Amino acid sequence: MKFRNREEAVKHEVNMTSMIDIVFLLLVFFVMTFKIVELEGDFSVKMPLASDSSGMVDDTELPLKLRLQADEQGRLTSIQLNDVQLGVDFVALQNQVIALVGGKPPGEASDDGPEIEIDTDFNLRYEYVIDAITSVSGIKQGDQTLKLIEKIKFAKPRRS
Amino acid sequence: MRVKSKKVDLAEGDLTPMIDMVFQLIAFFMVLINFAQTEANDRVVLPNSKLVKPPDEKLDFPIILHVAQDGEVILGGDSYTAQTLRIGLNQELAVIRAEGKSPADANIIIRAHKDTAAGDVQEIIRSAQEQKFEKFALRVKEDRS
Repeated sequence: MKFRNREEAVKHEVNMTSMIDIVFLLLVFFVMTFKIVELEGDFSVKMPLASDSSGMVDDTELPLKLRLQADEQGRLTSIQLNDVQLGVDFVALQNQVIALVGGKPPGEASDDGPEIEIDTDFNLRYEYVIDAITSVSGIKQGDQTLKLIEKIKFAKPRRS
Repeated sequence: MRVKSKKVDLAEGDLTPMIDMVFQLIAFFMVLINFAQTEANDRVVLPNSKLVKPPDEKLDFPIILHVAQDGEVILGGDSYTAQTLRIGLNQELAVIRAEGKSPADANIIIRAHKDTAAGDVQEIIRSAQEQKFEKFALRVKEDRS
């Protein structure tokens, strides 16, 4: 027997429109909030407030003195390590620091190592101070970092 | 006469590959999204240094001070100067003491703008030292070039 009006199999399809709407909203949210992460690190400075009665200072462990001078715009005009003038060359500063403290083999941690006191003009731009700290605290050799001076402190601010 | 109903052929594109791609994109952005960016401040552009590396572990009791180019200090959303910073630090001190720790255990993270005056940063450090803080971290951007 022939069935004429046989119903065709109904194909059920899930309506995807609402899901796609939500998914696109999520996508837009993540794209808008996406920000390329800039990796940041720290220079650690342990610096308790010095007491005024500094009668117990050991002369053999006087810190190196790094003097940074600036012009009126805050640009670096001179670097002086102890009494040695180094112009505005951070490479020269690093070489001078290596000459002074770099003889020790790395990893010999019998003491905390030498200390440096940074004395800057008030209006010197902070990035020069960071450049100076970078130069005195280590050398980057490929993936390795050879440490030079780890103890860093600041002199009294020079309020102009 | 019997008219045969003609089925309209609805052209439907196959959405599966598109949805696959969109889900992959969402997964990509979800993994890379960094909620720690809340630490950052738009007014601060950090200086670069080749030596620093992101720390392996987080510092204890971090107190983040943002220093804008004009020397304004931002601590927890409030603005201070180097002179008035003591008030903000006192509030942080209260929290530290409530947890049974001393100021020497806390770490002051200084995120200063690269063009700010170094003297301002020094004064901020001095102001924190007067509140018995000892440990400071000068935050800089890693320079990979």
